[in-house]
Amino acid sequence: MIPEIGHFALITALSVALLLGILPIAGTVLRIPAWVAVARPAAYALFLFVATAFGCLVYAFVQNDFSVLYVALHSNSALPIQYRVAAVWGGHEGSLLLWILMLSGWATAVALFSRHLSPAMAARVLGVMGLICVGFLLFILFTSNPFERLFPAAVDGRDLNPLLQDFGLVIHPPMLYMGYVGFSVAFAFAIAALIGGKLDAAWARWSRPWTTVAWVFLTIGIGLGSWWAYYELGWGGWWFWDPVENASFMPWLAGTALIHSLAVTEKRGGFRSWTVLLAILAFSLSLLGTFLVRSGVLTSVHAFATDPERGLFILIFLGVVIGGALLLYAWRAPRVGLGGGFNAFSRETMLLINNVLLVVALGVVLLGTLFPLVVDAFVALNIIEPAKISVGEPYFNSMFLLPMIPLLLLMSIGPYVRWKQGNAGELIKQLRTSFIISIVLAVALPFLMGEISLMVSVGLFLAAWLMLSILQGVGSRIAQEIKRGKSAITALLGLPNGYLGMQVAHFGLAVIVAGITLVKGYEVEQDVRMEVGDTLTMSGYTFRFDGVMSTTGPNYRANRGMIQVIKDGKDLMVLEPEKRIYNVQSMPMTEAAIDYGFTRDLYISLGDPLSGGAWSVRVYYKPFIGWLWGGCGFLAIGGFLAMSDRRYRIAARKQQARMASIADGRAVVDNNIATEASS
Amino acid sequence: MIRFIAPLAVFIGIAVFLLIGLDLNPRNVPSPLIDKAAPAFQLSQLHQPEKTFSRSDMAGKVWLLNVWASWCVSCRAEHPLLIALAKQNIVPIYGLNYKDKRTDAIRWLRQLGNPYVLSAQDVEGKVGFDYGVYGVPETYLIDQNGTIRYKQIGPVTRKALDETIIPLIKKLKLES
Repeated sequence: MIPEIGHFALITALSVALLLGILPIAGTVLRIPAWVAVARPAAYALFLFVATAFGCLVYAFVQNDFSVLYVALHSNSALPIQYRVAAVWGGHEGSLLLWILMLSGWATAVALFSRHLSPAMAARVLGVMGLICVGFLLFILFTSNPFERLFPAAVDGRDLNPLLQDFGLVIHPPMLYMGYVGFSVAFAFAIAALIGGKLDAAWARWSRPWTTVAWVFLTIGIGLGSWWAYYELGWGGWWFWDPVENASFMPWLAGTALIHSLAVTEKRGGFRSWTVLLAILAFSLSLLGTFLVRSGVLTSVHAFATDPERGLFILIFLGVVIGGALLLYAWRAPRVGLGGGFNAFSRETMLLINNVLLVVALGVVLLGTLFPLVVDAFVALNIIEPAKISVGEPYFNSMFLLPMIPLLLLMSIGPYVRWKQGNAGELIKQLRTSFIISIVLAVALPFLMGEISLMVSVGLFLAAWLMLSILQGVGSRIAQEIKRGKSAITALLGLPNGYLGMQVAHFGLAVIVAGITLVKGYEVEQDVRMEVGDTLTMSGYTFRFDGVMSTTGPNYRANRGMIQVIKDGKDLMVLEPEKRIYNVQSMPMTEAAIDYGFTRDLYISLGDPLSGGAWSVRVYYKPFIGWLWGGCGFLAIGGFLAMSDRRYRIAARKQQARMASIADGRAVVDNNIATEASS
Repeated sequence: MIRFIAPLAVFIGIAVFLLIGLDLNPRNVPSPLIDKAAPAFQLSQLHQPEKTFSRSDMAGKVWLLNVWASWCVSCRAEHPLLIALAKQNIVPIYGLNYKDKRTDAIRWLRQLGNPYVLSAQDVEGKVGFDYGVYGVPETYLIDQNGTIRYKQIGPVTRKALDETIIPLIKKLKLES
C-alpha cells in the first residue's frame, strides 16, 4: 500500500509541477495576478508531494519490502539500518528521486527566501524551476519508477553494492546533488532575467548567494567523493579523471567562473551576458553529467544500470532545456548589454582572465571526457578508420595544469588590483616581499625533504605565494582598523564577510595545491610479502606484521590483519586493514587501515594470502594528503562566509521595506507587470 | 550577433555526438568477430620479454583473453572478479596488456594481484586492433578451435560471469 501512495504522490507532484511551470509565467505575460500568485503555494505543494514519495521509498527500504523491485535489487535484510536508508539513493531510480526531492527543496527555499523579489521575477524563477521538475518527474514516472512491484515478492534482496556500504557514500551523493541541483536556481534566475529583459546589479545580488551555496555543496560533495575513493578503494588514489568524476568537476569549474563573473556584474555592472551564459552553462553541465552517468554512453566505474531508452529521454530533455535556454539567450542577450568599460589593468581584467582560464580548464576536461565518444561517432559514420584513442590520466594531468598555473599566479595578484583602474607600481611594491619569500621557500623546502624536482618547486611556490599574499592582504586591512583605534579581534570580525570569505576560500585552494604537490612529490609506497613477525621500515616508521585473524561483520566475513606501528622504539598504534567478502554478492573488498595525521597519513591495505602463512601487504606513507580535504573545508567555509555577507541581508531588508510601503499586494503585481511590459 | 548564437551551435554539435553515442552503447555493440577465428598474433610476454606468446600456444584449450592496461580505471573495477575467477581454476586467463608501459603494467599487477597465467605486451595496440578492441577492458572467450565465442565489452561483471561466461565455458568443455 505504502509504495502505491508514493507512486500516487509522484503523479500528483507532476500535475503540481505543471501548474507551477505554466500558470505563473503565463500570468506575468497575460497580466493575471491570481496566476502569478500561484507560484509560491505551488512550490510548497510540490515539495510536499515529492517528500511524501521519498518518505514512502525510505519506508519500503527500512521495512525490507522486497515486493518492491527497486528495494529487492538494492537492499538485503542483513543490511544495517543506516545503509538501508542510504540504499535509497544506491541505484538509478532512487537517486533520481533524491534529485527531484532536492530540486523541489531548492524551489521551496527560493519561495521562502525571495520575499524581496518582485512577484513577477519570483514567478518566473519558480516557474522555470517547476518546468525543470516536470521534465524529471516525467523521466522518473515513464522510465524509472522506483515503486514498481515485483511479483512474486523476493524472499530477500540482492544487497547494496559493498563499495557503497560506507559512511562516505551515505552523505556523498546528497551533497553532490545539492550542488548540481542548486545550480538550477542560478539557471532559473538567468532565464527569468532573459525573459524579463532586466539584468542589472540587483539581479546579480540575488543570484550570487544562491550560486555560492550550491557551489559550497558541490565542493563538499566532490571532496567527500575523493576522500571516499582514497580510503575505500584500497590503493590510495584520490582522483581518477573518471567520466563521472569529470561530470561533477565540470559544473564546479563553471560554477567557480560564475561566482567570479557575478562579482563583476554585481559590483560594476559588467560581464552581463557572459554571466548569464555561465549560469546556463553550470546547470547544463550538471544535466550533461546526469546524461553521461545514466545513459551508458561512456564506461565508468560509477556506471548505473544503463538503458538506452533512458539515455534517449535524458538527451531529449537536455535538448529542450539547454537548447531552449541557449535559444532564448541568442534571442534576448543582445538586449542585455555589456556593462561599463574598464582599463586594461584592473580587477575586471583580472576576473576576465580568471574566467577565460577556468573555461579553458573546463574545455580540457570536457574534451577529454567526450573524446572517446566523438571518435566512436566518427568511426560509426565511416569518416575515419577505427582508431582507438584513449584519453587517460596523462592527458588530464598535463593539460589541466596549463590553465591552472597562471590561474594560481593570478589569484595572488588579483585581489590587490583595484576595480576599473589598477596601479601596477603600487602592486609590485606590495607583492615583491612575499614573492621573494615564496621563491626561497620553494627552493629550500625540497632541499630539506631531500629530493628536488621542478614540479614540486613550482607547486610549492604557487601555494606559498598565494598563502602569503592572502595573509598580507588580510593583515594590512586589520592593521588599518587598528590604527583607527580598534582591537585586532574586533578589526578581524569587522571585515566584510564577502571579503573574508574570498580570502578563506582562496587560502583553501592554496592548501590543496600544497597538499597535492607534496603528496605527488614525496609519497612512498611498498608492496611486501610479510610473515608473522616480519617488519618493514619506511619514512621513519617501522611496521610489524602480527598476523591475520578471521572475523565477521553483519553481512560479511573478513580477514583482519594486525600491524603494529613503531616509531623511535615506541609502540604507536595497531592498524587493522581488512579483506572482506560480502555474503550476498560474494564480492571481495579491501578495507584499508589509515592513521590520519596533519603532516602525513599512514595507509595500509591487506593484499592476498601467499604461501607459507604470509600475506602481501601494501604500505603507503602519504605526506600532507590530509591537506586536500582540509583545503576543501576552507573552500566550503569561505563560501558560507561570502554568502552570509551583510549586504545581501541589508539589500533584502530595503527591498522588503519598499514593498511593504505599497500596501496592496495586488497593486504591486500589476505595477510590476506594467513596468516590465512597458520597458 | 554571432557570439550570441555560438553557444547554441556548440551545444547542437555536442548533442549530435551524444545522440550518435547513444546508439553506439559501448556495452551493446555486437562484435563481428564472434564465432570467427581469433586473429593470430605473436607477442613478447610482459614478465619475461624474451619469451613470446601466440594464439597457437592455446590450441585445444578454452581460455579467456582479457585486454587490460594500467591506465584503465574500469580495469580496477573488474580486477577482483578476475582474481577470484583465476582462483576457481575454471578457465585460464591470459592478459593482453594494451598500449601500456611495461614498468607501469608490472607495478600495477604487483599492487592489485595477478590473475593472469601470463600477459602479452601489445605496446602499439596492433593485436588489439585485429581483435576490434573497442575500449579497455574487454574480454574474449576463445574455444578449443581458436574461435571467439563471446566478447565482454567493458568490465567483466559478476552477472556476466555467472549468467553467461561460466555457463558457456562449462558447455564448451562438455562438448569436447
